[in-house]
Amino acid sequence: MARAGTSPARSKATSVAKSSRPSDALSREQRLSLYRYMRLTRVLEERLVALYRQTKVVGGLFRSLGQEADAVGSAFALEQRDVLSPLIRNLGAMLVKGATPLEVLRQYMAKGDSPTRGRELNIHFGDTEKRNFIGQISHLGDMVPVMAGVTLSFKMRGEDRVGLVYIGDGATSTGAFHEGINFAGVQRCPLVVIVENNGYAYSTPTHKQTAAKQFVDKAIGYGIAGVQADGNDVLAVYDVTKEAVDRARRGEGVTLVELMTYRRKGHAEHDNQSYQPPSEIEKWALENDPIDRFVKVLREQHQVTDEEFASIEAEIVALIDTATDEAEASPMPEPTDALVGVYADPAVIPPLWFRESVRSAVDSNERPASWGTYDG
Amino acid sequence: MTVERTYLEAIRDAMAEEMARDENVFIMGEDIGAFGGAFKVTDGLQAQFGESRVIDTPISEAGIVGAAAGAAHMGMRPIVELQFIDFISCAYDMLTNYVATARYRAFLPCPMVVRGPSGGYVRGGPFHSQNPEAAFLHTPGLKIVYPSTAADAKGLMKAAIRDEDCVLFFEHKYLYRRVKEVMPEGDHVVPIGKARIAREGTDVSIITYAATVWRALEAAEQLAAEGISVEVLDLRSLLPMDDEAIQATVRKTNRLLIVHEDTRTGGIAGEITARVSETCFEWLDAPILRVTAADVPLPYSPPLEDYVLPQTSDIVRAVRRLVAY
Repeated sequence: MARAGTSPARSKATSVAKSSRPSDALSREQRLSLYRYMRLTRVLEERLVALYRQTKVVGGLFRSLGQEADAVGSAFALEQRDVLSPLIRNLGAMLVKGATPLEVLRQYMAKGDSPTRGRELNIHFGDTEKRNFIGQISHLGDMVPVMAGVTLSFKMRGEDRVGLVYIGDGATSTGAFHEGINFAGVQRCPLVVIVENNGYAYSTPTHKQTAAKQFVDKAIGYGIAGVQADGNDVLAVYDVTKEAVDRARRGEGVTLVELMTYRRKGHAEHDNQSYQPPSEIEKWALENDPIDRFVKVLREQHQVTDEEFASIEAEIVALIDTATDEAEASPMPEPTDALVGVYADPAVIPPLWFRESVRSAVDSNERPASWGTYDG
Repeated sequence: MTVERTYLEAIRDAMAEEMARDENVFIMGEDIGAFGGAFKVTDGLQAQFGESRVIDTPISEAGIVGAAAGAAHMGMRPIVELQFIDFISCAYDMLTNYVATARYRAFLPCPMVVRGPSGGYVRGGPFHSQNPEAAFLHTPGLKIVYPSTAADAKGLMKAAIRDEDCVLFFEHKYLYRRVKEVMPEGDHVVPIGKARIAREGTDVSIITYAATVWRALEAAEQLAAEGISVEVLDLRSLLPMDDEAIQATVRKTNRLLIVHEDTRTGGIAGEITARVSETCFEWLDAPILRVTAADVPLPYSPPLEDYVLPQTSDIVRAVRRLVAY
């Protein structure tokens, strides 16, 4: 597979950046923060795997193993006021935006005090009040038009805010992607569209997804800027995203950023990856792990010590341990909360007559026991 | 003001008044700016409010509806014009999966209006005559209105723009310039979810909405000459539906005919029938009957279209059958 892990970026902005990269301005502390978010993503997902195997996770589990750099590096280029629209492999981006391990764990365990009160799965949640990230839906591509509208509102109000939306290689084939990016392009919305090219959409390899040689070429058709970068180099990801964000902020419109990476786990935890050559997975794990690569940079260029790494690790593990305990102790939702908040008005949907006393019905086992790990 | 306004002008007036009242209200759609829209509903609005609030878009129903949702999340109040409501199917995913669920799954407000010319009797053929309301009635999270009078068109449009959730606003293109009236004075808002008695009667109830309200009224007039008193209930809002008004009219006349222009199978008449049978079984003196379009794509040629769509004579015949019980 022609996986151009080190393909040169194609825009003028990026070639100029060779001499002066935005990441040059990152302090040692900020670099350690990048590292911490990548480790936090990976350790949290590893914790989720353990909980999944204990059947404490309700439903599927999605990993971003090997893709932590593109989520973390890109989100790091945003200001707090900027709005981010993550996808299933962008846990790292959400953590950068301020999502907490506790929220993620409660979501995955379908708890009543999860950010969606048990209405939505996994990392499908957001916060537009303070932290500015928007929960995705499963229909891939749909977030592109939505983010076109979010950023259109910034433009209309003259707000100094930028939007960033992720899309996978697979979802570039949807109509929604095309309609959204085209509309945002025409309107010169302050939007960055990141195509995360991890080689596979579920089991479908990229060459069955598009006849285009590379996704960045699609930018030409939309009349927008296009850049490509090594998605497993967190600083390169930061550089291209920061430049795209700055461009958007200057009113110069949409940029399509293609990040080259590789999906080392299946689509979800159940997926045995029979369609991925084991040698391919192994090669990426050994030679191109984004955290290993960044550790090397931190050691060699910033003299980060074993003690420093160990201290970050200890903080992350303690944070996740505490969050796990708290999430496990969280209550499941009250069944009748299911009827609340479909509309602003009416705020509650009346219960169906045969559910009018649902609590007692559940208590007296009139309702069949639920599937999965939910036991009322 | 004693000037009569058409159904179409009433919709335009409502949008203009709301845009003047609230700077967050804006319109997006195809050819709606300087051109004023395929039916001229937005005529003059871009001149009045500028290009940034009356936005000409690419041909991208999913894109526009999705963008409206995003803007609505950020506190804007977008109105989307679909050039013909037939093209709402292109935005079906965005409306049913994204917009309708946003508040429930993510606590994201989605105050927006999706509006467009709907319905037949205009020789528009299969793709410029549709009544796709039933396809959305099945989606919790959406609201649907479909007015029959100019005053209701204005009042419901204002209510739709002010609503905190997404309202699908069906405009009947046959009525655009055919019905007009003097608008009620002041800030005329018609609450969503409330039906209207279009004609009082005692023998048979007709529940209907949009263009067939006028067919039903015509039939009621003819039947009055035969000594049959028909009550016509104009639903105005389809989602939420005014169950109270439905039950009240059925309990009053004990005979129910449901009329709609949409096709029969899976149409809204079936839903109303189920509700009435669950709540008013003891009050019924006859089976509930339906007059609807036949289950075919709407054909273009006048003899074909007239044969398929409900006509006044069909309603008269159905009412006679009901009173014969």
